[in-house]
Amino acid sequence: MEEKNFICTACPMGCKLIVRMEGDEVIKILGNRCRRGETYGRQEAIAPQRMVATTVRIPNGFYPLLPVYTKGTIPKSRIPEVLAKIRAIEVSAPVKAEDVIIPNIIGTGVDVIASRDMPEK
Amino acid sequence: MSIKKQYDVVVIGAGPSGLAAAIEAKKGGADDVLVIERDVELGGILLQCIHNGFGLQTFKEDLPGPEYAQRFINEAKSLGITFLMDTMVMDVTSQRKLYLSSKDFGYLEVDAHAIVLAMGCRERSRAQVRIPGYRPNGVFTAGTAQRWVNVEGFMPGNKFVILGSGDIGMIMARRLTFEGAKVERVLEIQSYLSGLSRNYVQCLEDWGIPLQLRHTIKKIHGKNRVEAIESVAVDDKWNFIPGTEEIISCDTLLLSVGLIPENELSKKAGVMLDPVTGGPFVDEHFQTNVPGIFAAGNVVHVYDLVDYVSMAGFEAGKSAAEFALAEKERAARYIPLKAGKNVRYIVPHKLDKKALEQGDISLQMRVTQPIEEDVWLEVRGEENSIVRRSERYVRPGEMVTIVLKSSMAAEVEKTGVLTVDIYPKSEA
Amino acid sequence: MQEKYDYLVIGGGVVGSMIARWLSRYEGRVLLIEKEADLGMGCSSANTAIVHAGYDPLPGSLKALMNVRANPMWDQLAGELGFAFERRGDYVVAVGEEELPLVDKLMQQGIKNGVPGMRMIDGAEMRSRERDINPEVSGALWASTGGLCDPFQVTVAAAENAVNNGATVLFNTAFEDFIWEGSRIIGVKTNRGDFFARWVINAAGIYSDDVMHKAGVRPEFFIKARKGEYFIFDRAEVQIHNVLFPVPSSRGKGILVTGTLHENTIIGPNANIIDDKEDTSLTKEGMDELLSGAQKLIPSLNLKHSIANFVGLRPMGNGPCLTPGINYNNDFVIEIPEKVQGFVNLGGIESPGLTSAPAIAERVVDLMKDAGEIFIDKKDWDPIRPARPRFSKLTHQERKLLCEIDPRYGRIICRCENVTEGEIVAEIHAPVPAQTYDAIKRRTWLGTGRCQGGFDMSRVVAILAREMGTSPFEITKRGEGSEYLIRTTKNVEVENVD
Repeated sequence: MEEKNFICTACPMGCKLIVRMEGDEVIKILGNRCRRGETYGRQEAIAPQRMVATTVRIPNGFYPLLPVYTKGTIPKSRIPEVLAKIRAIEVSAPVKAEDVIIPNIIGTGVDVIASRDMPEK
Repeated sequence: MSIKKQYDVVVIGAGPSGLAAAIEAKKGGADDVLVIERDVELGGILLQCIHNGFGLQTFKEDLPGPEYAQRFINEAKSLGITFLMDTMVMDVTSQRKLYLSSKDFGYLEVDAHAIVLAMGCRERSRAQVRIPGYRPNGVFTAGTAQRWVNVEGFMPGNKFVILGSGDIGMIMARRLTFEGAKVERVLEIQSYLSGLSRNYVQCLEDWGIPLQLRHTIKKIHGKNRVEAIESVAVDDKWNFIPGTEEIISCDTLLLSVGLIPENELSKKAGVMLDPVTGGPFVDEHFQTNVPGIFAAGNVVHVYDLVDYVSMAGFEAGKSAAEFALAEKERAARYIPLKAGKNVRYIVPHKLDKKALEQGDISLQMRVTQPIEEDVWLEVRGEENSIVRRSERYVRPGEMVTIVLKSSMAAEVEKTGVLTVDIYPKSEA
Repeated sequence: MQEKYDYLVIGGGVVGSMIARWLSRYEGRVLLIEKEADLGMGCSSANTAIVHAGYDPLPGSLKALMNVRANPMWDQLAGELGFAFERRGDYVVAVGEEELPLVDKLMQQGIKNGVPGMRMIDGAEMRSRERDINPEVSGALWASTGGLCDPFQVTVAAAENAVNNGATVLFNTAFEDFIWEGSRIIGVKTNRGDFFARWVINAAGIYSDDVMHKAGVRPEFFIKARKGEYFIFDRAEVQIHNVLFPVPSSRGKGILVTGTLHENTIIGPNANIIDDKEDTSLTKEGMDELLSGAQKLIPSLNLKHSIANFVGLRPMGNGPCLTPGINYNNDFVIEIPEKVQGFVNLGGIESPGLTSAPAIAERVVDLMKDAGEIFIDKKDWDPIRPARPRFSKLTHQERKLLCEIDPRYGRIICRCENVTEGEIVAEIHAPVPAQTYDAIKRRTWLGTGRCQGGFDMSRVVAILAREMGTSPFEITKRGEGSEYLIRTTKNVEVENVD
């Protein structure tokens, strides 16, 4: 049996999780104070997931960058690909908060959406 | 846009606490709510906090800062609140008079029945942590860098060292890494993290950015632009431990060394500050020692989560509306007493209409000119005469009195002003 | 580039600017060259801002002569040049009985120098005049003619007045060598080409020794940097109005505690002689030294209320006093050397150099007259340089009017010091234009408050770029090499995210 230690990032509480593993299988999670902690611990032990927040070029926007984020978590290992994809594009103002900027980014099933309204310059 | 002379509730600052206060003040029955914001947009510092982690309590969702703000902005706009953007409050008095300065509206005076202070906080600067060495360019607070990178679209450096393990510092470490910069090190003088653990995991650990606890900066190198910093370990009393120095080459030093509530305006209004928090002393409704002046959010004490800031804003806004309505009602009960023909002044200057129900009220006055013949002393409402009595003469040296009787309460109730005239009966 | 001038001043500190202003009243073309991106980048902007009464310099020295001659000139100068100046007076405070004789000695020295308006006060009176003073104060010298100014403002105002009267100021222009015609200097070589002039005046401050050596003058004269560190306190937390000196020692006037015209209290300077003329770094030892020095006068001072610090390098020369019988080797050098024509040589202008600047300028003109230069008054010379408005200092009514005239004065950029866009734009387009962040900071006092530029910095960079018609990447803190921004956020191929 193997034990992995994590700090839960599902919410700002920052619970200290102990995840007991048997090979690739999670057998017990300790230290969480809610169900989300259990989900997080399981996920983190097997395949860590993260939300990604960054910006995208919006040349005709009131500001030159539009903040965007993934509406859901994606595998941590794929963050660089996601960032590269977002970096490569430009969008056009006006944009509304939650408008989809890139649907199903790199096939993760997660959309990248706008974090705010962005009027034109 | 027309700006009124008088508002029920004026909110200073349109960050999370200010927006929440304005929304709740409006919902609480304050008709005229004015929000004054010094930036060109609503939302405050949330607009540059593009990372997620906001709104888990309020919306049960994991939102980025701009979206959290956007939801409040949309609601505030739908309620018919007035916003003055790119406008700075220069002065506030304890009588709740505000002086505003703006490129678009000029220099203005506005009165408020209640005020909510929601100016937020500012970042501690380099001098406050006293770092020896040169004072080159390239030493910025994390928030200054955050605005450049996330909003204006500029990178202020390529290789960073971050002093302080506050949340903004750790979050910037990840942001800068995402945008192709190298973050060499995060140094923290204390033996523990000063921000949230989740930020340590997601921002530093995930990206292999080293954090050194019990370390600080011994010296900044570079005269025009930062060239390197010299780090050093410290003991329990924060004394440098000789032999632990390390030169870390970098072009930028970011400071994430704490936040201070911003209360310059509060002080001008006579608001008393707690030396521990740096913010006003408040009661459970977030009212300060100055009646009608409320304070909410980071201006009171520095929060770790925006959800709590919004909640404080709601409470302060609601209480401010209650105060403003009571104040308005009180103000509406008063009618002015006007010195009319041959009257120099009258005391009292104004009269609570309800007061006559409690008993007679005597009006004291002096005349402008002597009249050496029979005169009428007359109190008039807007429509009709309320009472009149005669004197054999009046002289400026001798005070004159007229009594308003309890029995006149109903008639006084109907008028918006009372005028007293004194004139010869021969002219009547 | 070949430009012909009549008078060329090397160095845009307070002395060089004052000389340019003095020369600008006469017919002839005046050029002032400055190697940095702004005026007063050396000692002129990093000092204690005091206009000294004149009791401190050794009687018979040129320092004493210049100080006492200059002190009464400041009232008129402030009126003409539109800078803030206040005769607040100053104190030399004796702590403990043993220091009293030293204060008395200063008083006697002042009398010899011809300083008016001094008197000794006892400990009780000192305590009543400064409630935070060390209770062990035994007495003090009160010099009523001491004054306070903003030395940077003085430097800018003098240079601007010169420019308004036809002079030229060039920044980023570094002296490299002289151009000769026999034993006569006829111009200078710089990094920006050659400039010809009938007279060249050395006002190069800490580098004046290098300049005079290039002219073959005084090979034995050297300048050492006397480093002085300072702390500035938050005016909301510390309010010392008075100017308080400790008793002086062999190392100088000692660590002062003084109010300023910006209402911040400052403490400093210490005095460490160093070899590196560029070493303006702050030291931990220096910080400790400052605090203990200042606490000797005001024991309640606490460094947690300090909001900024600065370091000044005073140009300490080894010029001998020319008065016979006086053995003093740190005097001012103000001369026209015998062997070189067309050259006025200044050196070692440390304290009381700021105070003395107008008298030095006057003396430079007098020396040139003695050497045969004929000065003809300009008919249209205007001694007045009007001050530009400072929004935070105005009344509500004045602010209202100013916003009506120019709405940009309504827009606050610096939130601690309430500096407006109107003020910033006015400085960028002033007769001596502010072209860096620090240039604007020193002129408007923006970014000097509690947040130290945290809010205004990105906005000032944007305004500078807009007004100068350049890219934000070109904007610097204090000249080339101190740029703020490196690239746009998205303009990068990222490799290090893995």
